[in-house]
Amino acid sequence: MDLAFTPDEQKFADEVRAFVRANLAADVREKVKNGKHLIRDDYMRWQQALGKKGWLVYTWPKKHGGPGFTPAQRYIFENICAEEYAPGIIPFGTKMVGPVIYTFGNEAQKEKYLPAIRESTVWWCQGYSEPGSGSDLASLRTKAEKDGDHYVVNGSKTWNTMGHWADWIFCLVRTDSKSKPQEGISFLLIDMKTPGITVKPIIMADGGHEVNEVFFDNVRVPVENLVGKENEGWTCAKFLLANERLGIAAVPQSKRGVEALKDIARVEQDNGRPLIENQSFAEKIADLEIQVTALEFTELRVLSQMAQGGQPGAEVSGLKIRGSEIQQRITELTMEAVGEYSAPYLPGLLWQGTNEAPVGPEYAHLAAPRYFNTRKTTIYGGSNEIQKGIISKMVLGL
Amino acid sequence: MDLSLSDEQKQLQESAERFAREKYTFDNRRKIVATERGWLPENWAQFAELGWLGMAFSEEDGGYGGGPIETMIVMEQFGKGLVLEPFLPTVVLGGGMIARAGSADQKAALLAPMIEGKKQFAFAWLERQSRYNLADVSLKATKEGNGWSLSGHKGVVYNAASADEIIVLARTAGSAREPKGLTLFVVDAKAKGLSRRDYPTQDALRASELTFDKVSVGADAVLGKVDDAFPTVEEAVDRAIVALCAEATGCMDAINAATLEYIKTRKQFGVAIGKFQVLQHRMVDCFTNAQEARSMTLMASLKIDDKDPTVRAKAASGAKVQIGKSGKFCGQSAVQMHGGMGVTDEMAVSHYFKRLTMIDLMFGNQQHHLTRYSNLAMAA
Repeated sequence: MDLAFTPDEQKFADEVRAFVRANLAADVREKVKNGKHLIRDDYMRWQQALGKKGWLVYTWPKKHGGPGFTPAQRYIFENICAEEYAPGIIPFGTKMVGPVIYTFGNEAQKEKYLPAIRESTVWWCQGYSEPGSGSDLASLRTKAEKDGDHYVVNGSKTWNTMGHWADWIFCLVRTDSKSKPQEGISFLLIDMKTPGITVKPIIMADGGHEVNEVFFDNVRVPVENLVGKENEGWTCAKFLLANERLGIAAVPQSKRGVEALKDIARVEQDNGRPLIENQSFAEKIADLEIQVTALEFTELRVLSQMAQGGQPGAEVSGLKIRGSEIQQRITELTMEAVGEYSAPYLPGLLWQGTNEAPVGPEYAHLAAPRYFNTRKTTIYGGSNEIQKGIISKMVLGL
Repeated sequence: MDLSLSDEQKQLQESAERFAREKYTFDNRRKIVATERGWLPENWAQFAELGWLGMAFSEEDGGYGGGPIETMIVMEQFGKGLVLEPFLPTVVLGGGMIARAGSADQKAALLAPMIEGKKQFAFAWLERQSRYNLADVSLKATKEGNGWSLSGHKGVVYNAASADEIIVLARTAGSAREPKGLTLFVVDAKAKGLSRRDYPTQDALRASELTFDKVSVGADAVLGKVDDAFPTVEEAVDRAIVALCAEATGCMDAINAATLEYIKTRKQFGVAIGKFQVLQHRMVDCFTNAQEARSMTLMASLKIDDKDPTVRAKAASGAKVQIGKSGKFCGQSAVQMHGGMGVTDEMAVSHYFKRLTMIDLMFGNQQHHLTRYSNLAMAA
């Protein structure tokens, strides 16, 4: 066991840093650094640069066109991207549907879909939750009925992230309503341009639009878009959720968040001194940093186990729980640092990127919206209550 | 000892409750938020008519002889409705400071019309560097003939765009952060040299950044004694804190009620999610938190008139700590138990959550008041 990087790993780290500095557009880097909202093109430019290098699907094995990184390389790659203010990679293609297709899909599907995911020429979104099926995902009711060589899809999906930018959606649909809930579900790939699909925005508490409801009205989907076997989609769904929960811990982003918080606490004044010198506040940051370190080493242990073979198990749920709580705590302390200057709400600057001058420092207007918005992290990807249920059942045997 | 409301107070509670219920439905509130002022003059006229603008002032000041309990009763209902009319800056802060420090002429010119609903105020104390230190004031007022000239900046001044007069805390002597050497001025909102940048706040109120560029005022603009405003300000802010605490208890009752209703009706895994013990216990903690908040608010409302400033300050800070803690717990729990719906704009819970969050940041957050309380309590 050795925590230090080997010379090869050090060389790899230098290579990643040089690549990010040479290929991440300056305007995108600035937006990420200042916590601005990105548009579709910002993500695409970065992802396509990574795609050309073969690193966009950095979690994929070599045989499916991934770089086959070791756990150490993955860790290095993720951390350096975050340190260099690269946008987060959108997971719907790369970490969700891609692995489902190369694990459960047929050869024709691999050939058709995987290259576009690796190169980021197609934007994917997720059709899982429904208005009546959140935590209880298996109760989903969006129906797909066979009609010749097509499925006819009817129903609605919700909490669909960035679907208004998407080309394709992967959906869990009910193909058999007579058997047990988990046994009648199928995994379907649907072109968003298919007639009968409507995307309706959901406005979040911070005033932003990032999620949607998606309605399906007699949407005809070719049967060859079924991944895996009919009525066995729950296997794909569980596989995908386990993968989703791994990336969801967001350790590199949280490390960056703690550093940004310290920067703010150095600027903000408290009785004529920098806030960071206030003992009570400094201890809150220290406590947070310790939590991040514990999470980081837990994730490293999981990665190390995965390097010995095998899929992530139920312990990944623990990463999601702590990771999401830490993300929330960062926003909470950032807002505390900004204080009453969190109050001004500047939607133009926040959402449209207008030239409206900030009130107080640039970072101030972001603090409260981020705090409000980040409440979602303990809800999405399986709420933390659900994650705790999984651990108590699968790990502790309760 | 008797902690029950009098018949008059019960009537006040009923009429405030009715106002919030009828005038502040979720849809109505959305419409009010979208108006130019962000509040409704007809509602303000109704406040005047019902006597709410004068209820906490003595009869000799033209009021109706009530006090902090009346303010508590009304503010709690305002919290339930997320009421937007500028009661706190105008009546509690502005009216409160004028009643305590104003001359007979000032009371006649300012307080009497305020009680009739014809004048509104804003209180400008915060500066970029101030954080929660009320004495961290650098906006300067210098002698100019018989009067004064004000220059400097004030931030996040609630209701500045609607106010007729801005009550400005300025430094007339002493060094930075020294409580001695501060003076209050009543400045015409349209005064020459005073410019504003208006914006909405996270919780749908209105506030402004104010720049004073050699704003001239007469000697009669001074509210209270020159160089000695700090005790007046500290007392007024303590009163505002207690009023905010009452508003927060109303917010907590409303957000808890909405969450309870939601977990009783939202079904997953074939049952109402309120059947799950993990949510039951969290809901119980929400109610306990709201009870503690209510108790601390009542305690502080009863002690805020105490002649001993330490008793008063401890009461206000203690209540603010409790409100910060309980408000965060109830707000975060409500959002979590509503699931995705809790983080959407279309649900009332997110709006209560935002207001509770901003209340914690106003006039000192939980941490600030814990430190203040600790300093007061350990010194005694």
